[in-house]
Amino acid sequence: MSYELLTLIWFVLLGVLLCGYAILDGFDLGVGILHPFIAKDDQERRLVMNSIGPLWDGNEVWLVTFGGALFAAFPVAYATVFSSFYTAFFLLLTCLIGRAVSLEFRSKVHSPAWRRMWDFGFFLSSLTAAMLLGIAGGNVMAGMELGPKYVYQGSLLSQVYWYPLLVGFLTVSLFALHGAIYLFLKTEHELQARVRRAIMPLFYVFAALYTVVTVVTWWHVPHATANLSDYPVLWIVPVLNALAVLNIPRAMHLGKPGYAFFSSSMVILALAALFSVAIFPNFMLSTIDPAYSVNIQNARSSQQTLGTMLIIAAIGIPCVLSYTVIIYWIFRGKVKLDSHSY
Amino acid sequence: MDVELLSRLQFAGTIMFHYLFPPLSIGLGLQLFLCELAFYRTRNPAWEAAARFWTRVFAVNFAMGVATGIVMEFEFGTNWAAYSRFVGDVFGSALAAEGIFAFFLESGFLAVLVFGWDRVGPTMHLLSTLMVFLGSVFSAVWIVVANSWQQTPAGYEIVWHDVQGEMMPRAEVTDFWAMVFNPSSVDRLTHTLIGAFVLGAFFVASVCAYYLLKGRHDEIAKRCLSISLPTSLLFTIAAAMSGHHSAQQLVETQPAKLAAMEAHFHSTDDPTGLYLFGWPDAETEQVHFGVQVPNLLSLMVYNDPMQPVPAMDQIPEDERPPVWLPFQTFHLMVGLGTMMIGVSMLACWSWYRDVLLQRRWLLWAIVFMPIAAMTANQAGWITAEVGRQPWIVYPSVQNGVEMMGLRTSEGLSESVTAEQVLSSIILFGIIYSLLFAVWVFVLNHKIQHGPESVDQLLEHKRKLAGQSMAEAFGQHGTSRAGGMMEDDN
Repeated sequence: MSYELLTLIWFVLLGVLLCGYAILDGFDLGVGILHPFIAKDDQERRLVMNSIGPLWDGNEVWLVTFGGALFAAFPVAYATVFSSFYTAFFLLLTCLIGRAVSLEFRSKVHSPAWRRMWDFGFFLSSLTAAMLLGIAGGNVMAGMELGPKYVYQGSLLSQVYWYPLLVGFLTVSLFALHGAIYLFLKTEHELQARVRRAIMPLFYVFAALYTVVTVVTWWHVPHATANLSDYPVLWIVPVLNALAVLNIPRAMHLGKPGYAFFSSSMVILALAALFSVAIFPNFMLSTIDPAYSVNIQNARSSQQTLGTMLIIAAIGIPCVLSYTVIIYWIFRGKVKLDSHSY
Repeated sequence: MDVELLSRLQFAGTIMFHYLFPPLSIGLGLQLFLCELAFYRTRNPAWEAAARFWTRVFAVNFAMGVATGIVMEFEFGTNWAAYSRFVGDVFGSALAAEGIFAFFLESGFLAVLVFGWDRVGPTMHLLSTLMVFLGSVFSAVWIVVANSWQQTPAGYEIVWHDVQGEMMPRAEVTDFWAMVFNPSSVDRLTHTLIGAFVLGAFFVASVCAYYLLKGRHDEIAKRCLSISLPTSLLFTIAAAMSGHHSAQQLVETQPAKLAAMEAHFHSTDDPTGLYLFGWPDAETEQVHFGVQVPNLLSLMVYNDPMQPVPAMDQIPEDERPPVWLPFQTFHLMVGLGTMMIGVSMLACWSWYRDVLLQRRWLLWAIVFMPIAAMTANQAGWITAEVGRQPWIVYPSVQNGVEMMGLRTSEGLSESVTAEQVLSSIILFGIIYSLLFAVWVFVLNHKIQHGPESVDQLLEHKRKLAGQSMAEAFGQHGTSRAGGMMEDDN
C-alpha cells in the first residue's frame, strides 16, 4: 500500500473515531446538559442519569482512542493541537473528570445536599465540555496563529472570539437536541411527555444556530469551501446534512423517535464530515503563513507505523464494534432503576 | 519557576495520583473474578453476595482510574509536544493499541459487570468480569510497553526530517515486535502486574480482616480470605523473584539507574555490597549511616558474589540520575515487600492452623497491608522513572550503532508558558485533593455498609422473579423487548 494512500486512510479513520465520539458521547453530554431542566425529582434524575449509566464510559473511550490514534498516525498534529489548546484541554479534562465522578458518586450517599452538588457538577461539566469541544472545532476550522516549527504563538484569549463561540453554542444545542431524542427513547410516562415538549424548541434553537454558522463560515472562513468547489461531488455532504436536519421534526411528528435519533446521529456525522472536508489536507491552518500549517504530509508518522497501525485497527475495530453492539443490546429498552443503578 | 521543573512536577503528580487506581483495579479484578468463579462453580449465594459487593468497590475505583487516565493521555501532547513529535511514531502506536484493545473491552464489559447483575445470566456475567479484568491487564501491557521502550529503546531508527529548513530527528519504528518486546518490557510488565495483584489481594484481605475484627459479615469475610490470603502469598513471593530478575536486566541496559538505586558511587575491583539502608549524599559521593551486606549486590546481579558491579563514576557526569530519591524509594519498596511476604506467610500459616481469628494483632496487620502495597507500587514507579533521568528516551545501541536519546529538558512544549503549567498544577491540585477525599469517603462508606447478607440477596432475587412474572403476564404496561431504534410508543 502506498504511503499516500495509508495517510489518507488514517485521516479518514480519525474522522470515523471523531464521528463515533461525537455521536455517542454527544447524546450523553446532551443528557447531562438537559437533566436539571427535564427531571423534577430525585427519582426522575436517577432515571435520566441511568439512561446513560452503562454507556457513557464506553462512549468516552472513543475520544481516548481518537487521541491515541492521532498521536500514532499524525504525531506532529497531536503535539501541536494539544499544546496550542493547553488551557482549553485542561478545562476539558476537568469537565470529563467532573462528569465521571458526578455520576459515580451521586448516589453513594443519601443526602439531598450531596446529590444537589453532584447534579450541578454533572450539568456544568457536560455543558462546558460540549462548549469547549465546539470552541476547539471552531478554532481549527478558522485556522490559528501557528508560527515556525509548529509553535503556537497566540494566547488563550485569541481562541475565544465570536466565531469559535458560535460553533460552541451550535455544538451545545446539537448535543442537547440529540440527548433529548435519546431520552425520549429511554423514558416513559410523565417524564417522557416532558422530554417530548422540549424537543421542538431545542430543534428551533439548533436550526437557527446551524443556519447562522453556515452563513458566517462562508463569509469568515473562505478556505472552508475550497474543497467543495474543487470536488463538487462533496456537495452531497451538506445536502444530506440539511435533509437529516429537516428529518428530525418530521420523524418526531410521524411518531418514529428511533428514526429521529438516527437522523440526529446523521446530522452529527455529516457535520463532522463537513468539518473534515473543510480542513483537509490541514490539521491546523496557520493564519500567519500557510507554510507553517500542520497538514497530513508533514504531520504523519512513518509508512511502517501507519501500516502496522492499520493492521491493529483491522483486528481491533471489528472486536470493538461487536461488543459495543452486545452492550447496547443488553441495555436496550426503557431505563428502569434497580439496586445497581446510580 | 521554569517550565521544565513545573512540567515534571505536574507529570509526576498526575501520574502518581492516577497510579493509585489502576493497580487496585487490576488486583481487585483478579479477586473479583476468582470470587465469581467460586460462585459459578458452587452456586452458593454467599459467593454471589461477595462478588456483588466487590463489584461496587471495583466500580468506584475504576471510575477514578478512567477519569485520571484521560489526563495522562492528553498531557503528552499538552506539556511534552517536542517529545511527542520525537516518539509519536513509536509511543503513539502503543497508546492507540491500548485504546483499541484494552479500553473498549474494559469500559464495555464494565457496564455488564456493574449494571448487569439482574439482566444477564451467571455465565455472561462471569465472562464480562473476565473481559474487564483482561482489559485492565491489556491496558497495563501497552502502557508498560510504551514506558519500557523509553527506558530500553529497540526496533527503531532515527530519521532526520526537514522541518521548514531545519533538520529534526525522529524515532521511527523499523520492527514492531522488537519495539514491543524491547529488553525490559517483559520484566517490567511482570513486576508491575504482580505488584497490582499483591495490592488487590491485600485490599480484599484487609477489608475481610476488618470485618472479622468487628464481628461483621463473618461468613463472607472468611470465604474471601480463603481466596485473598493464598494469592497474596503467591504474588508477594513472585514479586521478589521478578524484582530480582529485573535487577539482573538493569545492569545490562541501565547501569546508571542500578548504581543510583544502590548509591554505588565508586568503581572498584572488589565485589559490590548491598546497602540495607542509608542516607546517600551525591555531593560528597558518600553514604551516611549506611549498613552494607558485603558481596550481596554482586551475587544478586550476576549470580556471582565476586564480580564487581559498575558504579556511578562510569557514567558521564551530565548523564547521571539523582541518587537520593531512587535509593530511598527502592529500599522502601524492597523493605515493604519483605514485610508483606512475612505477613502473608504468617497469615496463611495461621489460617491453615485455624488460629488466625485468635491472633487479633495479625488481623490488624493485614488491615494495614494495602497501604504498604500501595506505597511499594508508588515507590517502585518513582525508582523506575527518576532512575532514568536525565533521559526521557534513553540512548541505546542498535546493531552496534549508538542511537541518540532525548533528554527530559528537550521534550517540552515550546508554546506553553510557566504560568500556564503552574495554573494547571493548581487547578489539578485542588481537583485531585477533592477527588481523593471523596474517593476515601465513598470507599469507606461502601466498606462500612458491607455486602448484603445471603438472606437479603435471596429476598432481592425473589422480588425480581415476581416482577418478571408480572411483566410476562402484561400487568406492567411496558415491555423490555424492542431496541432503541424501534420504539413501541
